[in-house]
Amino acid sequence: MKKPNKYVLFAAGPVISIILSLVIGGLLIALIGQNPIEVYIKLFSETLGNTYGIGQVLFKATPLVLTGLSVAFAFRAGLFNIGAEGQLTIGAFASAWTGFTFVSLPWILLIPLCVIAGFLAGALWAGIAGYLKARFGSHEVINTIMLNFIALAVVSYLVNNVYMVPATIHTPEISPNAVLLRFDLITGLFKGSPFNLSFVIALAACCLMYYMIQKTPFGYRIKTLGYNANAAEYAGMNIKKLTVYAMAIAGGFAGLGGLNFVNGYKHYFELGFSENAGYVGIAVALIARNNPFAIVLVAVFFGILEYGGLTVNTLVPKEIVTILQGIIILLIIMFTKLFDKRIKLTNT
Amino acid sequence: MQELLTITFVLQTLRITIPYLLPSLGAVYSEKGGVVNIALEGILLSGAFAAATGTFYTGNVLFGILCGVIAGVLISLIHSIVTITFKANQIVSGIALNIFAFGITKFFCKFLFGSSSNSERIPGLETLNLPFNLFLLLSVVILAVTYFVIYKTRFGLRLRAVGENPEAADSLGINVSRIRYIGVLISGALGGLGGAWLAMDQHSFTDGMSAGRGYIALAAMIIGKWNPLGAAAACLLFGLAESFTLQFQDSGIPTQFIQVLPYVLTIIVLAGFIGKANPPAADGIPYEKKD
Repeated sequence: MKKPNKYVLFAAGPVISIILSLVIGGLLIALIGQNPIEVYIKLFSETLGNTYGIGQVLFKATPLVLTGLSVAFAFRAGLFNIGAEGQLTIGAFASAWTGFTFVSLPWILLIPLCVIAGFLAGALWAGIAGYLKARFGSHEVINTIMLNFIALAVVSYLVNNVYMVPATIHTPEISPNAVLLRFDLITGLFKGSPFNLSFVIALAACCLMYYMIQKTPFGYRIKTLGYNANAAEYAGMNIKKLTVYAMAIAGGFAGLGGLNFVNGYKHYFELGFSENAGYVGIAVALIARNNPFAIVLVAVFFGILEYGGLTVNTLVPKEIVTILQGIIILLIIMFTKLFDKRIKLTNT
Repeated sequence: MQELLTITFVLQTLRITIPYLLPSLGAVYSEKGGVVNIALEGILLSGAFAAATGTFYTGNVLFGILCGVIAGVLISLIHSIVTITFKANQIVSGIALNIFAFGITKFFCKFLFGSSSNSERIPGLETLNLPFNLFLLLSVVILAVTYFVIYKTRFGLRLRAVGENPEAADSLGINVSRIRYIGVLISGALGGLGGAWLAMDQHSFTDGMSAGRGYIALAAMIIGKWNPLGAAAACLLFGLAESFTLQFQDSGIPTQFIQVLPYVLTIIVLAGFIGKANPPAADGIPYEKKD
């Protein structure tokens, strides 16, 4: 018997999972008396059938690319970052704060400053978990979960008690010089959708991760740490320092995720903006097997679901897509386990 | 000080503690057996929704509570199948189930009650005409039973064995998967019961009403060092802190400071500042038979 292609096996799990979850979702749709075929046709045609829909999908995908990268980068170092949600929240607030504090700066300074602020804030937040792991050996999974809630409380305090604009639930608006322009204003494409330049930043982050991991000595050390921490230590690497750096960079990627909403869309910070992008990022990284370019594709798929839910809301509750997301993740981790037994993993 | 010791304050504290304590004890069963159950958040939520729905359609509070427990068991059954039978990652499964539970409760809330944010008003425990709070009694009994089961029974010994050293347990003829299934299903039942209390206490279901309690329950279990009594003490501490902020809302302490208490404490305990935290050795690791 001919051995099946490795990539076919790689793709088999996600593809089967997606189809199966659409079937289960279809049953739920039928259960509440709607026609699943009709719902799915509407969902896919209104997301992918016109440029406005595509723009919305890419807008929703942007933070997922970055949180996906965040989880993937940590994974490469053998660390499980459940904290992208908190890092994203802290990063988004930092970007907003920079944008509404240094209002007199020209865009050429202010935009890079917002990007750096988002990255550093996320990096710092994740770095705490990295440090706790390196210094005390306490597990990053629990600590990043806890840090998610602490981030939410810290930012909620800052927004509600310090920076809130009266009679609103958000911070002041950022300077016009901090705005990442929408593509429809620049190119006339994707008319009306909030799809903006932060997508370019997300793509650049993908390239950066690819370059760092594949082409630099630092990336080599990160991978070694991920394969076998003992071997890395034996080879003379400072694995404590590497752990902190790996978590920090992972957090930095997630921290950039806020630019899409803050600098690209609403131009202020508001709680609840993330719509679970940090947690969905875990699924994105997992399905993409930590490959930075596959992450873009998977993020777009999740973007289709997220925007698609809104397009079918008149037929079925839009939460149908949340249900689909949950089912897809469950099925994928089950199938990955099954198929992995048949693949000799050469990467990841 | 007098204000602190009023009956209302005590009752309020206990009321707040119940939905931490029940899932926290559930987490003990699950993790003692070696399975991390982050899905408790979603289990609470599903339990609350099922309890509200069951009560609304039958008018029977006890039936509603039963529905809550069953919903919790069902979610934890999925968690067991994914993580014990298929040996997939327990954290990811838990997160996926939380996303799933959040979606499916809102989905059916919209379908059954016409609003994705809350259900119709339901009758509460007062319809039972009991001279005491049923859930308070249940919580105390379950706490005592849990301590006894984990440390004094054959099942408890086996549960701890498959959580500490599944290979050794397996070699002694213990069915590792079966024991782990039971642990996770009990945690689902207790989580569902906790969710039922949320619905009963608020006389309705509202979307996302678990509000992170599942995670706090896990935090309490860690702070309590995987011991049911320790977990209960931690839950009570959180309940007290929260009750305190409710009592003194104009005290100037931002509520967020109290909210982060469980999470900060967990990090401190995990870092080993308050004695050593010893999770079961095989906690979080799927058991793969070597052949």
